[in-house]
Amino acid sequence: MGLKSNLHSLKEKYRGTKMAPAFNALHTFLYAPNETTHSGSHIRVVDDLKRTMNTVILALVPCLIFGMFNAGYQHHLALGDIGRADGFFSAIFWSWDNLVIGLWKVLPLVIVSYGVGLAIEFLFAVIKGHEVEEGYLVTGMLVPLIVPIDTPLWMLAVAVTFGVVIGKEVFGGTGMNILNPALTIRAFLFFAYPTWMSGDKVWVHGAVARDKAIAAGQNIDAISGETVLGSLAQNHEPAYSVADMFFGMIPGSVGETSTMLILLGALFLIFTKIGSWRIIVSTVLGALTMGLIFNFVVSQGWITESSKFFGLMSTTWWHHLLIGGFAFGAVYMATDPVTGSQTNIGKWYYGFFIGFISILIRVFNPAYPEGVMLAILLMNVFAPTIDHYVVQGNVKKRMKRLKVKTA
Amino acid sequence: MGLLSKKDTKLITDPLADNNPITIQVLGICSALAITAELKASIVMAISVLFVLGIGNVVISLLRNIIPSKIRIIVQLVVVAALVIIVDQVLKAFAYELSKTLSVFVGLIITNCIIMGRFEAFALGNGPWRSFLDGIGNAAGYGVILVIVGFFRELLGSGTLLGFPVLGNPIPGEQTGLYAFGYENNGFMLLSPMALIVIGIIIWIQRSRNKDLIED
Repeated sequence: MGLKSNLHSLKEKYRGTKMAPAFNALHTFLYAPNETTHSGSHIRVVDDLKRTMNTVILALVPCLIFGMFNAGYQHHLALGDIGRADGFFSAIFWSWDNLVIGLWKVLPLVIVSYGVGLAIEFLFAVIKGHEVEEGYLVTGMLVPLIVPIDTPLWMLAVAVTFGVVIGKEVFGGTGMNILNPALTIRAFLFFAYPTWMSGDKVWVHGAVARDKAIAAGQNIDAISGETVLGSLAQNHEPAYSVADMFFGMIPGSVGETSTMLILLGALFLIFTKIGSWRIIVSTVLGALTMGLIFNFVVSQGWITESSKFFGLMSTTWWHHLLIGGFAFGAVYMATDPVTGSQTNIGKWYYGFFIGFISILIRVFNPAYPEGVMLAILLMNVFAPTIDHYVVQGNVKKRMKRLKVKTA
Repeated sequence: MGLLSKKDTKLITDPLADNNPITIQVLGICSALAITAELKASIVMAISVLFVLGIGNVVISLLRNIIPSKIRIIVQLVVVAALVIIVDQVLKAFAYELSKTLSVFVGLIITNCIIMGRFEAFALGNGPWRSFLDGIGNAAGYGVILVIVGFFRELLGSGTLLGFPVLGNPIPGEQTGLYAFGYENNGFMLLSPMALIVIGIIIWIQRSRNKDLIED
């Protein structure tokens, strides 16, 4: 316990000074503090906000590790160095070469995300004189997982600054934000630097540079890294099997490709009662409903192959769950307890509309066929309204019961 | 300050800071969002509103004792409309490209709440000289915010100021200046939501410097 007592004495030394929140944060980040509250009666549990955050991060680690391997795999595959991996445990996929590329590209994203985000949190804590809030711990892990692998680090830093300050601190910090900060950061990147965030070149490491070299006249033999959504949006048959999509061996943002690992993460979050199963289930239901509606439209012949929406509309309804960032958004973003609905009935509406609108945007916006980000942000805004009507409905029901009794 | 008494000076300086029509009264937001993607358009808009509000306030002030109060809104609208048409025609004659950029927003000066607000709140109850000062002051307060927003949006969104490339040459293959280091323009800055956020940041800074402005 040497470190703990050292941190404790450091904290005592700076107590009452301007830097106190910073040292306090370091201490409580690593250990549960010894002191208890002095007035009134309190129940003290270690399962606090920080523990909640750490559980979510734990659920994200498989996605992060898989993302690192996948980054290298997609890179070598595009260059033609290696063949297609067959099955989830293929040695071609879990190779040292792949991990090296992944570590080299993904770790800087993680470091910049945490470095910039926590620096801003510390800054605001010191200026405002409150304790550093844990809110950024999960956001900092989510951000590197939902950006393309080649995102320039300075762009990430700018976006994180924007997301944390405008998305969270102006509303009063952790727990007061209206929008999910990680998605605010992603949305900022998308609207500010669209060439780095969409299209068929950004998803595989080195593809942008290769494209520039080819444009400059060099003869490089490489396949492009089009995502499944990207090819469907252009009415092309995607070059990946359903198993590839489920295991996640497809191009995409760093950590969002493997539906299987996200499913495991979801089970873990539900089992630990951190994530709301109501939101996850209803989001999936919403997406399936919209997928079935589109399949029905196609089967009725109302839309033909000449339509630019045909590719995505005719996608088998449940495939929508496997492609793009849908699964990741449904499990890790929609379930954010701060920005989502609070009431149990509200959660069903909230989740259903996220799924429904995600697929709607995905199909009708071929230029950027990933709607889950925008759908969650939109429903974040409506979550308090949903809760309001649920609560009012409950009040009305009870008033009626009261009248019946007194009458 | 022999020309202006202390009270008169306040008419001009107040709207510039502590009683700014945009950041404190939150009026005229529409046009502040729509035309501030370029600094040039912001400046022209600011000057147009300066002209309309300065003259309009004087006209309304001169007419204030003969306008029947039941139809005063219509009279005010006629005055603004006449002035706006003058601005519109001048822009079309001497700065056609710019008038195309500003498009309907010159015409929409008529509906700018700041103008009707000043007519109602000030010009109807004060003499022409004071009304003129009040009009100039409020239009300048509006213009200052427009220019600040336009400055940041054009600089960060297009990398230019008044059309001059101040951050270097962004064309791929021959980048100079900041672009040679991998810098890229922020496309979000050119969209209207970002103008709202920039105005929000200005309001934030202004209120944290002067705590009296914070409402509960």
